[in-house]
Amino acid sequence: MFNLVIEMERKLLKISVLILMLAMICIATQAADSNNSRLKLVTTTSLHDTGLLDVIKQKFEEKYNNVSLDVISVGTGIAIQYGERGDADVLLIHDKTREVKFVKDGHGLERRCVAYNYFNIVGPKDDPAGIKGLNATAAFKNIFQKGKADPTKVTFVSRGDGSGTHSKEQTLWKAAGYNYSNQVNTSVNRWYLEAGSGMGATLTMTNEKSAYTLTDTSTFMAYNSTYKGNFTLVPLVESTIDLLNVYTAIAENPKKHPGVNCEMANKFINFLVSEEGQKLVGGYGMDKFGKALFFPAKGNCTLIGCSSGECAVPTNASCAAA
Amino acid sequence: MDEISAGFIRAIQLIITLNPEVVEITVRSLSISLTSVLIASLVDIPIGGLIEFHDFRGKRALINLIQTFYSIPTVTVGLLVYLLLSRSGPLGGMGLLFSPAGMVIGQTVLITPIMIGLTISALRGVSVQIEETALSMGATNLQVIFTIMKEARVAVVATVLLGFGRALSEVGVAMMIGGNIRGYTRVLTTAISLETSMGDLDLAMALGIILISISLVVNLALNRVQGR
Repeated sequence: MFNLVIEMERKLLKISVLILMLAMICIATQAADSNNSRLKLVTTTSLHDTGLLDVIKQKFEEKYNNVSLDVISVGTGIAIQYGERGDADVLLIHDKTREVKFVKDGHGLERRCVAYNYFNIVGPKDDPAGIKGLNATAAFKNIFQKGKADPTKVTFVSRGDGSGTHSKEQTLWKAAGYNYSNQVNTSVNRWYLEAGSGMGATLTMTNEKSAYTLTDTSTFMAYNSTYKGNFTLVPLVESTIDLLNVYTAIAENPKKHPGVNCEMANKFINFLVSEEGQKLVGGYGMDKFGKALFFPAKGNCTLIGCSSGECAVPTNASCAAA
Repeated sequence: MDEISAGFIRAIQLIITLNPEVVEITVRSLSISLTSVLIASLVDIPIGGLIEFHDFRGKRALINLIQTFYSIPTVTVGLLVYLLLSRSGPLGGMGLLFSPAGMVIGQTVLITPIMIGLTISALRGVSVQIEETALSMGATNLQVIFTIMKEARVAVVATVLLGFGRALSEVGVAMMIGGNIRGYTRVLTTAISLETSMGDLDLAMALGIILISISLVVNLALNRVQGR
């Protein structure tokens, strides 16, 4: 019996060594491709979900074939968090106030406006709040009043996730004359629902509840076409100047966050603002949706409120570490 | 309901045509979760044994604590490991965030409590009788331990399977540590989550069916090994 036990011990030892080797091989194969230079792009779901970044990734990697563009798509709020902790190399986001602060705090190098489009206010076809044809501010006033009067008829679904779209929504409530945290987003307001999710999930919820929401055009169009006719939401307010949505690229500052891939980040930004990059942005969606989802920033600087120094011009920011 | 049947059809199509992206995501899912469960097994089963075979103060409290962590939300583990691996965190210099290696660390941490805890339960199930028999026959401590391990192997394999299941099906760690990067850290669960949020419910359903099928294959294989 004890010989048997000793035999067992030997066998177990052999098996353990085998398993250990297997684990090593697994780890090694997974670590192997990490020698390839990686550029971590943290971006908003709205840009990613349309498929635009797949196209940009392909062209960019063709141009710089030793780099792999890693697209991490989150809301602008988390994107900036990642940026502030040094977990990204370059950010592609849409929230001017926070972008300016991000650069001012030394986390980012230079802002570059690369693309824009418009937010839409979407809602049920019969439009119970009567916002069609208004501008966004007036539409928000209507939704607030009608919602307060009868929450069973008029409901608004908010992203509620600190994203760029959520940030825009808060700006619009303010412009409409309401205090966001005291008057709009309160637990007594039955007409105001905080989804706490990405744009796609928020649109689904809005659709299910026949409610209103603020969405970027591109996600709405992409979503509308994949959701196969189950979608009853229609754009009610679109392309008004108060719904402008500007996307900006910022490279992480190596002085603040040593180790970031700054050189490649600058190359990526310069690719986006180049003739080729701007053409990619401007033409995207034509074949799939019948109209462009984004407009290039180049040539539209005044309209989108970007100074000529920040608007689709190459960056020469120094990559020297501290 | 259409989505479910459509999902089935789509799943079968994807499997039969060996859709390259689905194959790639599936292989990645498997390799990350298997690596995690291998590492976790190597570390956690001996730890479980150590705890079970030694008497010390606070043993009961320790086991209680381990069992409490069975229910730790995957997102919480994700957040914890994120804070460790973030460039501003203590292990930031290793650049493991948003990489498959980082995901392996996260999943290993996630399944550790369940693996240790269930190992203890597995050994406890057989230890008392065997211990007495073996000792009465003059076995050394080490020999007793191996005999118990041998007798408990069925339950230990079940532990490993459960760990694998939890690693393969979790989404919190994979999303937070991996970042769902296409072609690099996208696994089945994060792909399902993404497709759901983008409204391609058929594809999301199909990927879910594939995940369950893999689980079935792995289970059958391990049960086969165990049966011999």
